Amino acid sequence: MKKYQLGEFEEVVMLTVGILYDEAYGVSIKKEIESRLKRGVSVGALQTALRRLEDKGYLKSREGEATEERAGRPKKYFIITAYGKKAMEYTRITREELWSAIPKVALDVKMT
Amino acid sequence: MKNYPPRFPLRFFRWFCHPKLRDSIEGDLMELYEERRIKSGKLKADAHFVKDVLLLFRPAIIKPTEGTERLNTFGMYKSYFKIGWRNLAKNKGYSLINIGGLALGMGMALVIGLWVFDELSFNKYHENYSRIAQVMKGGSFEGKHYVGQTSLPFPLIDELKNNYGANFKHIVPASWKSDAVLSIQDKKISKVGMFIGEDAPEMLTFKMIYGTWKALTDMNSIMISESTSEALFGDSDPLNQIVKINGEREATIMGVYEDFPKNTAFHGVQFFRPWEFLVSDGAWMKQQGWDNHFLEIFAEIQPHATFESTTANIINAEATAIKDLAYMKDELKYNYEILLLPMHDWHLRADFKEGVLQSGPMQLVWFIGSIGVFVLLLACINFMNLSTARSEKRAKEVGIRKAIGSIRRQLIGQFLSESFLVAVFAFVIAIACVFVSLPWFNNLSGKEMNMPLTEPWFWISSFIFLFITGLLAGSYPALYLSSFKPVSVLKGVFRAGRSASLPRKILVVVQFTVSVMLIICTGVIYNQLVFVKNRPVGYDRDGLLMIPKKSGDFNTKAETLKAELKNSGAVTEVAESGGEVTNVWSHNSGFSKNGVVVDKDRGLATLQVSHDFGKTVGWKFVEGRDFSKDIASDSEGFVINEAAVKFMDLTNPSGQVIHWKNGPWQVDKDFVILGVIKDMVMDSPFEPVKPTIYFTMGWKGWLMLRVTPGMPMQEALPKIEKVFNNVIPDIPFDYKFASTEYAAKFSTEDRIGKLAAVFAILAIIISCLGLFGLASFVAEQRTKEIGVRKILGASVANLWQMLSKEFVILVVLSCIIAAPLSYYILYNGIKQYEYKTEMGWWIFAYATVGALVITLLTVSYQSVRAALANPVNSLRSE
Repeated sequence: MKKYQLGEFEEVVMLTVGILYDEAYGVSIKKEIESRLKRGVSVGALQTALRRLEDKGYLKSREGEATEERAGRPKKYFIITAYGKKAMEYTRITREELWSAIPKVALDVKMT
Repeated sequence: MKNYPPRFPLRFFRWFCHPKLRDSIEGDLMELYEERRIKSGKLKADAHFVKDVLLLFRPAIIKPTEGTERLNTFGMYKSYFKIGWRNLAKNKGYSLINIGGLALGMGMALVIGLWVFDELSFNKYHENYSRIAQVMKGGSFEGKHYVGQTSLPFPLIDELKNNYGANFKHIVPASWKSDAVLSIQDKKISKVGMFIGEDAPEMLTFKMIYGTWKALTDMNSIMISESTSEALFGDSDPLNQIVKINGEREATIMGVYEDFPKNTAFHGVQFFRPWEFLVSDGAWMKQQGWDNHFLEIFAEIQPHATFESTTANIINAEATAIKDLAYMKDELKYNYEILLLPMHDWHLRADFKEGVLQSGPMQLVWFIGSIGVFVLLLACINFMNLSTARSEKRAKEVGIRKAIGSIRRQLIGQFLSESFLVAVFAFVIAIACVFVSLPWFNNLSGKEMNMPLTEPWFWISSFIFLFITGLLAGSYPALYLSSFKPVSVLKGVFRAGRSASLPRKILVVVQFTVSVMLIICTGVIYNQLVFVKNRPVGYDRDGLLMIPKKSGDFNTKAETLKAELKNSGAVTEVAESGGEVTNVWSHNSGFSKNGVVVDKDRGLATLQVSHDFGKTVGWKFVEGRDFSKDIASDSEGFVINEAAVKFMDLTNPSGQVIHWKNGPWQVDKDFVILGVIKDMVMDSPFEPVKPTIYFTMGWKGWLMLRVTPGMPMQEALPKIEKVFNNVIPDIPFDYKFASTEYAAKFSTEDRIGKLAAVFAILAIIISCLGLFGLASFVAEQRTKEIGVRKILGASVANLWQMLSKEFVILVVLSCIIAAPLSYYILYNGIKQYEYKTEMGWWIFAYATVGALVITLLTVSYQSVRAALANPVNSLRSE
């Protein structure tokens, strides 16, 4: 199987784009992450991640409508591509494999 | 606009952000700003905004430094070259003519460039090139100022060294070059060498293979060239070996130097011996005063001095030294000057006619150089011609490009890039051609030129050359084609009018003018050569051998040698003389008649000969008789030539008495003129024969052999060689043919003639290529017209005439321009030869007719083909 590169923040962004489905653009993604994960996200970091994901082909974008509060600038909406979906699944499966490979004892010890 | 974020960060963001991302991110920033402003006030929102912008300043967001537009122009250029290439491939014939013609022109310009470079770099082999000079003498004679006498008196060496030494780093006396036999054990070879001061290797920066620059300090040493060393010792180190010189003296090899290349003054000098040896060996030298000139002096000036300042310091060296000398009292009136001839003038400006510094060779270099530029210009003109002629075909393209939005500058760029493409192709072909033909050209021009392929300057100058050619060839078509109005060309009403073909016609005329001029020049030069070659020489030079006497044996065994030679059957006559028949070596003065000086203070050429000299060389008497062995008083007799009779204003010369008083010759007595011979051409055949006196006294260094008439040389030579090897075994048999030596006098003129011929042929080829292309284009353009004319009853001859007429008129016009121009140039060029031919009108006629024939042949191929074509084919389409 081919290797899918997906960093932690990138994974979060992908997941968020998935949650927002048709409404995923810069500001909405930022807000969603901030409210769900309780962590601050800078525009720079987010845009960099989006750009990288788009370059990798996990996301694709389309120009949206321009509104007044955006001073006439169009929104850029993102949706997950099929390839991006595969990458997310791959990440998830590998995580789960890792989880299942941990012996119970190890976790038990940690719990106590 | 109250709600606007701070302006500066926003502008900064817009500046650095990648254009593709700019709008959407800016929108996000605005949205966030607006929200924050409402929630927490403008100040906080501003601060946040600044923070966001700063955090956006990261590689993924910043636009690439090389910009995003550059990519577009690259594509544009790519398309230019692609279109250019397709155009070339589409019209293979035109492209071939275009590239071929340009390549030919470039190749020639390249070769000429190399030649000019070689000429200008003469002597630059020596590292101290810019500071070396030859000492020469000047003075005033009969109110005229003369310079350029390089043969100098012995006391001048010490005078310069002792009293003016501070002006020089080195002062190096030298003898003239002369032949000598070098031998080790049984190996012997004859080589040219000279005696030279011990500082010479350092001053002239010899490249030493073995030994050091100090090799000449020991009086009995010798330095030999690498090639000599190889001939004598093979690859082994010859240092400290002993060689015998002329079978008599011994010398120790103290140094081996790399042979001097062909473009140096010391090329061909195969060994150097110390000056000190010559001085100590010949005690007579030290006794010579200021009145005997027999040596050369070379010098290197001080590092920071100039030739002018140094000359100013030494100019009166001789005048001061001879002021109080009794025997020089008579010569004070000549105001002798000691001058310096800088090394950079030795080759190209050291041509002394009448003692005045000339720049003849330099002019030749510039002349040839300008021919090169001219030929290149011709090739460029061709290119322009063809490109503009094809303009109608490209007019639609230009129209569409302009309609789509090309601006004129871009179109100029496109056509220029096409011409650069052609120029690059042509250059590659030219380099290859030059590479292949260089050995042949070297042979023709007597040079040793190489393509300096490893030198960066060569490539840099080639690149500049390429750039200029591309620009030159492409500028006119680019400007012309890009000036079309899209509306008119696309509507189809575009027709290149009369004014469009005018520059094309002018270009053809210029081209043919140059070609015809070259043809005429070649013709005249050849004519002059043939004329001079057919000049009567006054003696029989075929089968005449000249042999230098290289050792004393030639004199002690003279009688044996003579008898043996005659016995061998290969030789009918043997004589001796003071020099070769093909050169005048000595001039003397002091001749007077009835107390009146007859040599007009200039001296006459003299040659000491033996009694049988006349019989041997075959001179012809106008009156009087030859020297006779049986009449003892003939040792006080003269034989003179016709020129001398005229020079001395003699009537009935035979039997007249001439008094000769001369210091170096130690004579002061009367001579009787025995006879007058027809002029013998001994010096340059291009000049009038020098007034010459022949007499029997004096030292004779040469043997003249008349080979038995009718006997083939290859049969006679071995017999003669055998005799020499038997009688004088120490010296290798070495000889010169009078005929070869005489022919060598034409080498420069021969060379110029051949070069001019080559240039003329190439220029004609280039011009014809251009004409051919143009004619084929015109024929093609008028295909329909020809079809209609044929249907209406025009004959093939009619059409041929119609199509050729235009070109013939142009060529006739250029002949009319070329004739007076070349007459003017040639008149000045040929004036320098005293013995010259008339420039017959027939040369001009031949050149004109030749040019016309070539034109007709070139044009006819196209016009006949067009005229023969079936009109159905040309009229069917439409």
